[in-house]
Amino acid sequence: MSAEVLPYTVKPHPVTGLYNGKFGIWLFLASEVMLFGALFSTYVFLRMGAPETGPTAWPTGEETHLNWMLGGLNTLILILSSVTMVLAWVQFKMDNFAKGRIYLIITAILAIAFVAIKFKFEYAHKFHMDIYPKTSVFFAIYYTMTGLHAIHIIGGVVVICYFIGPGAKLWEENREYYTNRIECTGLYWHFVDLVWIFLFPILYLL
Amino acid sequence: MNRSRIIGIATILVVGICLIAPSVALGQADAPIASGNQIDGDYGYGLPPMLSKDGQGVDDLIIILHWFMTALFVGWAIFFVYCLFRFRSRAGHKATYDPVKAKASKYAEIGVAAFEAFLLIGLSMPIWAATKNDMPSKDDATHVRVVAEQFQWNFHYPGADGKFGRTAPDMVDTVENPLGLDRSDPAATDDVYATELHLPVNKPVICDLTSKDVIHSFSLPVMRVKQDVIPGMRIPVWFTPVKEGRYEVACAQLCGNNHYSMRAEMVIEDDASFATWLKEVGIVEEFDEDELD
Amino acid sequence: MSGDHHHEPGFIRKYVFSVDHKVIGVQYGVTALCFLFLGFSLMMLMRWQLAYPGEEMPFIGNIFGEDAMPGGVMLPEFYNSLGAMHGTIMIFLGVVPLLVGAFGNYVMPLQIGAPDMAFPKLNMASYWVYLLGGIVMLCSFFVPGGAANSGWTSYPPLSNIATTGQTWWLFGMVCLITSSLLGSVNFIVTIIQLRVEGLTMFRLPYFVWAQLITSFLLLLAFPPLEAAGVLQLMDRLAGTSFFMPEGLVVSGVVQTQMSGGGSPLLWQHLFWFLAHPEVYVLILPAMGIVAEIIANNTRKPLWGYRAMIYSTIFLGFMSFIVWAHHMFMTGMGTKISAFFATTTMIISIPSVVILTALVISLYQGAIRFTVPMLFALAFLPMFAIGGLTGLPLGLPASDIHLHDTYYVIGHFHYVVAPGTIFAIFAGIYHWYPKVTGRTLNNALGYMHFFLSFVFINMVFMPMFWQGMAGVSRRLYDQTVYAHGDAVQSLTIMSSWGAWMLGLAQIPFIINFFISAVAGKKVSNNPWDATTLEWLAPSPPPHGNFETVPVVYRGPYEYSVPGASEDFHPQHVTTEA
Repeated sequence: MSAEVLPYTVKPHPVTGLYNGKFGIWLFLASEVMLFGALFSTYVFLRMGAPETGPTAWPTGEETHLNWMLGGLNTLILILSSVTMVLAWVQFKMDNFAKGRIYLIITAILAIAFVAIKFKFEYAHKFHMDIYPKTSVFFAIYYTMTGLHAIHIIGGVVVICYFIGPGAKLWEENREYYTNRIECTGLYWHFVDLVWIFLFPILYLL
Repeated sequence: MNRSRIIGIATILVVGICLIAPSVALGQADAPIASGNQIDGDYGYGLPPMLSKDGQGVDDLIIILHWFMTALFVGWAIFFVYCLFRFRSRAGHKATYDPVKAKASKYAEIGVAAFEAFLLIGLSMPIWAATKNDMPSKDDATHVRVVAEQFQWNFHYPGADGKFGRTAPDMVDTVENPLGLDRSDPAATDDVYATELHLPVNKPVICDLTSKDVIHSFSLPVMRVKQDVIPGMRIPVWFTPVKEGRYEVACAQLCGNNHYSMRAEMVIEDDASFATWLKEVGIVEEFDEDELD
Repeated sequence: MSGDHHHEPGFIRKYVFSVDHKVIGVQYGVTALCFLFLGFSLMMLMRWQLAYPGEEMPFIGNIFGEDAMPGGVMLPEFYNSLGAMHGTIMIFLGVVPLLVGAFGNYVMPLQIGAPDMAFPKLNMASYWVYLLGGIVMLCSFFVPGGAANSGWTSYPPLSNIATTGQTWWLFGMVCLITSSLLGSVNFIVTIIQLRVEGLTMFRLPYFVWAQLITSFLLLLAFPPLEAAGVLQLMDRLAGTSFFMPEGLVVSGVVQTQMSGGGSPLLWQHLFWFLAHPEVYVLILPAMGIVAEIIANNTRKPLWGYRAMIYSTIFLGFMSFIVWAHHMFMTGMGTKISAFFATTTMIISIPSVVILTALVISLYQGAIRFTVPMLFALAFLPMFAIGGLTGLPLGLPASDIHLHDTYYVIGHFHYVVAPGTIFAIFAGIYHWYPKVTGRTLNNALGYMHFFLSFVFINMVFMPMFWQGMAGVSRRLYDQTVYAHGDAVQSLTIMSSWGAWMLGLAQIPFIINFFISAVAGKKVSNNPWDATTLEWLAPSPPPHGNFETVPVVYRGPYEYSVPGASEDFHPQHVTTEA
C-alpha cells in the first residue's frame, strides 16, 4: 500500500466508527452550534435588558407584525424537507440512484419554497411597512438571525443542487463515497432545520 | 569545541550588556514636563501616593502578591539554574531514564493553590465586597454626577437642594450646556457644572458615572479608584479623600483619537474652600445664563 | 484527494495552489513571519511617539504622508491605528498562523505518521482565506481615515462610530475566523483518525496533544466572535443598535438615527468569550514545541507526561469560563466577580503543573545547549513571569489599580512575546533541518538568541513599573499626566529596547534565507530524536513516508538503560 493514500476517506475508522467526512461535519456543526448559540444568547441578553415600557421596550406579539401562520408553514416545509433528505439517502444506500435523485430534487424545491416565502412574503411585507433592521433591537436580531439562517439554507441548496447535477458523476466512480457525502449534507440539513425550530418560537411566538 | 562555544556565548552576552548600558543612560534623558497646574504628591517608579481612607487594602494586596510572586520566582529560578549547571551535557555524564520521584513539586503546587485561595477569599473578596456594598449613605456624602464624553470630564453638583436637575440628550450643547441640563426643572436651578472635580476632604464622595458617547474609564490613581463608564448605565463609585491638594483624573479606556488628553484635575480642599468654590462656580454659571438670555 | 500521485503536478499545483500539508505549512510560515515582522515594525513606530512625544521622527518621518504624520510628527489617530493593527496582526495574522498553520500543519501529520491532512483541499482553502483576510487588513491602511483605530478589542460604541477602517477590520476578521474554523476541523479529524498503527493517544507527542486541544478551542471559541463581528457589521452597515443604548450624544450630535436599546457590554461578553480561549491558543502549541525540544535536548523522557496532558485538557475546558475577568471594571457585582476570580485562580493551577513538569524534566537530564534548546529554556522563566504577573490582575481588588495599565501590557507580552515567540523561534531552529534538509548556522543562532533575550526583557520589564505607577495603556502621550511624566524614562528605555530587539533579528533573517541554500546538509535525524517526523526524509516527499510506519512505544524514549544509543525511536521494532 502506498503511503500517499489517505485512510478512512470512505470506510469508517474502527475505533471512532466514523469516516473522515462525517467526523468533520460533526465538528463543523459543533462550531455552528456555538455560532447560533452566541446569537441566541444575544437575544436573551437583549431581551432581559430591555425596559418594561418606553421606546426600547421589547415588542409584544402584535407589535412585531410577524405572521405566525407563515412562520408555521415554513416550519412544516423545512421538517418535510428533512424527511425527503433522509429518504434520498436511504435510496442511495439501497443503490437506487434515480429515486434518490428525485428525493434530492424535492428537498431542493422545498428549500427554495422556504426561502421564497421568507423573502417574498415576510421580508417584502415588512420593508413595505418601513420595518428595517434599524427599526428596533427586536427587528435587528430578527433580521440578523433569520437572514443568517436563510444564508445557511441557500448554502445547503447549492450543495444539494451540486449533488443532483455535476456532483452526480461521483456516483459512477464510487457509490459509497457519494452516499457518504449525501449523508453529510443531510446532517448539515437537519441542523439547519433544527435552528429554525428554535428560531420560530422565540421570534414568532414568545 | 565546547569551550570555544562557551567563550562565544559569553562574548555575545557582554556585547549585549554593553549595548544596554548606553540605552539605559539615554532612558534617563530629560522628558517633557506635564503641562498646566502643579500636581501634588510624589510620583515615581513605585505605587503613586495613596490618599484614600479605604484604598490601603488594594495596596496591601498588591504588595503581598509581589512578595509572594518574587519568592516563588526566585525559588523556582534557583532550581532552574542549578539544573542547567548540574545536568549540562558533558563527557561521562548520562541522563537518567527513570523519572525522579519528586514529592516536593506536588507540595509546592498544593502550597501555591492554598495561598492563592487565601489571597482570593481572605483578601481580594472582602476588599471588593467593601467597594461594592459598603456604599456610604447619600446624606453623609458629597454626591457628584460624572458625565464622560470625548474627550472631557464633566462634573455635575446637585447644589443646596441635594437634587440633580433633569437632563436630556436633546438639550445638550457642547459649549453652553454639556450636561444637557434642563434649567426649567426646579431641582436644576441651583445645580453646578464644573470641569474640575472639587471635593471636601475627609468626607465620603459618591460619584455616579455616566457617559454620553463611548466607553470611558474613570481612574483616580491616588484614590485607588477605577471604574469603566459605560453609556446606557449609571454606575456609582465611592471613596474618601484624606489629603488636601490637586490631583489627576484620568481616562483609562481607549475612547477615541484624543483619549490621552482626556484628563481632568481633582482638588481636595477643606469644607470652607469647597463651599466657596461651589458658590463661585455656581455664580459664573448663572451669569453666563443671564448673558445668554 | 491525493489521487494525483500518478503524474507529477505542475509548478502552480505543486507550490502555489498545493494541497500538500508541507507546502501549505511553509506558505503559512513564510506569510505569517512577514506579518509578524510587519506587526513588529508598527510597534517600533509607536515606540518613537511614546518615547519622544510630539517630536519629528528621524529618517522615515516623512514617508507616511500628511494624513498620518504631518511634518513627521505622528497624529493620535495614526497612533491608535498602529496600536489596534499591531495587536490584530500579531495575534491573528502572525502568532496563531505560525503556531497552528505552520508548525501544526507541517509537523503534526508527520508526527502521527499520516500521509497528509484528512482534508487536503480544505487545508488549502484555509490558507487562501487566511491570506485574503491578511490582504483585507493591509488594504485597510489605505482607506480614508486609516486602519481600524479602536484597539484590537474593538469595543463599541467607539468602534461603531469609527472610520471605515473598522468595517475592513471586521471583514478581515470574518475571513481569519473562517480560516481558523476550516483548519481546526481538519486538525481534529486528522489527529483522531489518521494516526498510524500503534500510535495510541498516550503515545502521541505532547505537541500533537497541544494542537488537538488548541483546535478544539479554535473550533468552539471563534464562532461567538464571528457572531459578534456580524452584529457589529450590522450596526455599522445596516444601522442597527445591538451595542448602542438610546440617548447617545456624540460630539454634540444626538444620535436619533438609531433605535437604541442595545448594550456595549454585549460585545465585551462575546469578544472575551473568544479572546480568553484565544490566550490558550497562543500558549498551548508553544508549550508543545517547548516540550518536544526539552525532551530531545535533555535526552530523557518528559517528567509527568500524562499529568501535562490532563492539565492541558483541563486548561482547555476552564478557558471557556474565565472570560469575564477581563471585565471586572465594568461595574460587576460581588457574586459574579467572585465566580470569575475563582475560576481564574483555578485555571492557574494546570499552567503551574505544566511549567513544573517541564522544569523537573531538566533534573537528571544531560542538557545540550543547542540554539533551539536555548530558546525553549528561555521560554520557561519568561512564561513564569508572564503567568505570575497574571495573579494581581486576576484578583479583582488588586485589578482596581492595575487594570488597563502598562502592567497588563507587560503581563501578556511576557506570555506571548518572550514566551510564545521564543517558542516559535525554538521551533524554527528545531524543525528547519526537516523542512530544508539543511541546518541554520549556529553562530548566528546564538547571537540571535542572546541579543533577543536581553533586549526583549528590556522592552517589557519596565512596563511593570510603569503600570505600578498607574500609567494607562493606549496613551498617545503619557507625559500629560504627572504620574506618567514621572516614569517617562522607563518608556524611553522600553523604546530603545524595542529598536535594539529589531536589530537583533537581523542575524536571524540572514540565517533564515542563506541557510536554505548554503546551510550544512544534515541527515534525516540530526537531533537524534525519537518521534516519527525524523523518520521521514528531509525534506519529506509528497506522501511523507516511503512505507507506512508502525509505532511501538511512547514518544520520548531517551537514555533507555542498557541501550547502545541514547534514543529509541517510536518506529523501531527491536527492544532497546
